Parts: sequence; C-alpha cells; structure tokens
Amino acid sequence: MRTPAILSVLGEDRVGIVASVSKVLAESHANIEDIRQSIIGGIFSMTMLVTVDEEQLPFEELQARLAVIAEEIGLQITLQREDVFRYMHRI
Amino acid sequence: MHITPEEIVETLLMVQQQNLDIRTVTLGLSLRQCAHRDVAVASRNVYEHVARAAERLVPVTRAIEAEYGIPVVNRRISVTPIADLAAVCDSSDAVPFAEALDRAAREVGVDFIGGFSALVHKGIGEGGRRVIEAIPQAMATTERVCSSVNVATTRAGINMDAVLAMAHTVRATAEATADRDCIGCAKLVVFANMVEDNPFMAGAVHGSGEPDAVINVGISGPGVVRAIVSALAEDADLTAVAEAIKGTAFKITRAGELVAREAAKRLGVERGIVDLSLAPTPAEGDSVAEIIEAMGVGRCGGPGTTAALALLNDAVKKGGAMGTSSTGGLSGAFIPVSEDAGMIRAAESGALTLEKLEAMTAVCSVGLDMIAIPGDTTAETIAGVIADECAIGVVNSKTTAVRLIPAIGKDVGDRLSFGGLLGEAPVMPVNQWAGTIFARRGGRLPAPLQSLRN
Repeated sequence: MRTPAILSVLGEDRVGIVASVSKVLAESHANIEDIRQSIIGGIFSMTMLVTVDEEQLPFEELQARLAVIAEEIGLQITLQREDVFRYMHRI
Repeated sequence: MHITPEEIVETLLMVQQQNLDIRTVTLGLSLRQCAHRDVAVASRNVYEHVARAAERLVPVTRAIEAEYGIPVVNRRISVTPIADLAAVCDSSDAVPFAEALDRAAREVGVDFIGGFSALVHKGIGEGGRRVIEAIPQAMATTERVCSSVNVATTRAGINMDAVLAMAHTVRATAEATADRDCIGCAKLVVFANMVEDNPFMAGAVHGSGEPDAVINVGISGPGVVRAIVSALAEDADLTAVAEAIKGTAFKITRAGELVAREAAKRLGVERGIVDLSLAPTPAEGDSVAEIIEAMGVGRCGGPGTTAALALLNDAVKKGGAMGTSSTGGLSGAFIPVSEDAGMIRAAESGALTLEKLEAMTAVCSVGLDMIAIPGDTTAETIAGVIADECAIGVVNSKTTAVRLIPAIGKDVGDRLSFGGLLGEAPVMPVNQWAGTIFARRGGRLPAPLQSLRN
C-alpha cells in the first residue's frame, strides 16, 4: 500500500538537514514527490510530499526512524498521512 | 503539491499551539443480547460483551492519532441504557451492572463508560426506578461509569416526580462520594430531550434506534476558534467574526470526519455521527469563556455574553454542518464551569452566576454543567433548578441538562477539585428562594403547544 504523507521539518538552520532527512526516506523506501523549502530569519522550514511504501516499511516504523533523526539534528519533524490536510482544507 | 505549505503550517499550529483535538471517539454498543433474569448472569454477559467488542478501540485510535498527527483525547464507550436490562431481572439491585461496566472499561483501557441510564420523561418504569435507586452507590463504588437520566422531552413535558427523585439522587450521590470531593455527581447528568447518539460524557448512551456497534466522534477546539477571533482586528464587525468562526469550525469538523471514517473502517463497525462541539478543557487557552472574551465581552457572564455565545454556537453549527453529513445532536458550545479555566475565573470574580449560566443555556449546547453549589442546598432547591433547565429545553425543543455538584461540607468561596479533564469548581451561590411546595407537587408539567407539530 502506497500512502501519501506530508513530512514537515522546522527548526534552526544548519548544514545537512535535507541530506539527513532524505537519507532516512531513501532507506525506508519512501519516495519524495515534492519539496518546498525556505529559510526565514535563520529558521529552516521544509515540507515534503512523500509516498510511503507500507509493504516495505510500516508507517509507524518510518515515524520512529524520523523521530530518531529529529533528536539527532535537533529539529521538529512530523510525518502525517496526507488525507488530513486534504480533508481539512478542501471541500 | 496539491496542498500549500501555508495549509500545512496552519494545521500544525492548530494542533501544537491551539489545542486542536478530537475530543472523543466513542464506541456505542448495544447490550440487548445481554439481558437475563438472573442479574449475575446478565452482568457477566455485559462484562464479556463490552470487553470483547471494545478490545481494539484503544490501539486503533492510538494508531490513527499517530498517523494523522491529531490528538484523540478520549476513547470511550456508550451502552444501551441499563434500565432496559435491569427491568428484565428478578433482582431489584442494579449495582452489579455498574460494576460489570467498570471492570470492562478498565479491561479495555477507556476512562469512562456511559449508559448507567434511564429514560423516564413520561413515567418511571421498573427498570428506570431500579437504576435511579442504584445511582448513588453505583457512582460511589465505580470509577469509570457515567450515569444519565432523561426526565423531560418536548413531546412528553416534564416528569416532575422524576425531577424530585433525581434531585434527591444528586444529593445522595454527593454524600456517598463526599470523601472524594463529591466526584460521583461529576459522572451524573439529568437531561431534557436527551439525544441517543451523544459521544460526550457523562451523558453518552447507546440509543434504541442505533445499530449494534457504532463509532461516534466528538470534535473540539475552542483554542483554535479563540486564536482566530483574537487575530481579528478590534473593529472587525460581528458578521466578520461569525464568518471566521464558521471557516474554522469547518476545518475542525473535517478532521473529526476523517477520524470517524478511519476508526469505523478499521474497527469494522458502522460510522455514526460527528458532534461539532466546542468542548473546553482546564488547560490554559482551551476555553469557551475566552472565545466570548476575545469577541470583546469584558468578562464571561457580563452583559453581551448570551449574544456572543449565540453567535458562536450558530457559527459552529453552520461551519460544521458543511464538514459532515452526519451531524450529532449536541453540536454547539459546551459551557461546563469546572472544565473551563475562563469560566472558573469568571465565576470566582462574580461575573458569572447560576442565573446567567441558565440564560446562556438557552442558546448553547446542553446546559448547567459541572457547577458546584453549597453542600447544604436542599433537594427541593435542586429540583427547582433542574425543572427550570428542563423548561428551557422543552419549550425551545433543544437538549438541556443539569450536572450540579452539591459540595458536601463546603460553602461559597470553597472549591472542589476532581483532577484531569473534570477540573476544579468554585462553589457558586444558589438563589435561596426556591420554596418546597412547587418541587413536591409532582405530576407532569404538560408538553408545550409546540409539541403538537403533526
């Protein structure tokens, strides 16, 4: 089952954030469909649309892996199934 | 990307800073198949059925919460009014049913189970009488069981015998739990026009028109609405305020709709209703009173409060109605005193009185909720308060309820503290001119003319 999800990363900018996050995604068979990224006043903000291959890796396992990275690089990372945004903001 | 970064940030902010949550996912279960003449057998049936049917409720909703990133605060169960089962038994003691429900709730990990209930709006049947008699002991000996009794409807009028019986029951329940700040009364609610798909405690029951198992979801998010109202310019007119609340209510409801769909699908049960309510918690910022104050009323309870609440309630319903086609029966704003930091402040400062709360209940969901009153308040006075509140519900064809907590041994200025979501309540003064003759007359206050709608 391929599950679309939104990954968001927020925190102080530093070298290697995109690399760390995308490395975890690649290792987890999650495909990056789209990326938006900005740095405003030193705050790094990134949102990604990814598809999670749940047959390869369960959703909660990917969340757990991202939580480890979030801890390591000191940023806030959330991964949520995409429906929640589509539901809340679209009629 | 179909979804804009702004929308993503908005959703994250709603959850992380403005306390957006799904207040409750409630599994409604029919217990009709558990009936038996022997109360021991019947209550064992109840325990086994609930424990088995609700086994996956907590893990499934936890998974949904993690995957969608929207907190589900409570997982609860509602069951067929126990009066229906108690009526079948040879024994007149209904307490074993409450104990069975309590054990089952603990077993599956839910904090409350609702349905130790009776509907007696037109007359008190044997099952109803047994449940009402058992309430004080049931509320004292169980932790998680909630009780509700419907004493009035627009079609039937107000059963004043039941009103007085419930006033005595409220006092007896307070006395039975006096050593724990009278917490029994926090789990007991007296209704007019009770709805039978209500996911909110203490009034949740699984009505007789419902399927065998159903998922009902109650949404919340007063913090989100307050943030939207606070962000408006001071000179934004009230049409703009209503519009802003409506848009937000839509988004919150959609989140609830999604959770309801997923939960029902994964549990393999029918999807029931989404109740579009704003239900506060004691947490700072998660307050309905603060929305009213953000609209510009000096302190909740002051002049303008009822109008502001009417606007809020209506805008929530309008926004929410677009978000789901299965709207729940209590949709609107809840105004429990103990569970709302802003209400507590307003009550303590004297801005908010019992009479003003009564007026507010004419335009919002439910009614006089989680209000501590002096411990020496007589049953006749409580009956008067219940009757007044029922009259508002019956005449206006809406649900109203009373959840009063006589603070045994305490008086105005003291406090009751329940902890957790039930919060803490300052003891509020009660008008001392109730009299006793009215409450003791009994009989039925006839249904109003608007009940003749056919």
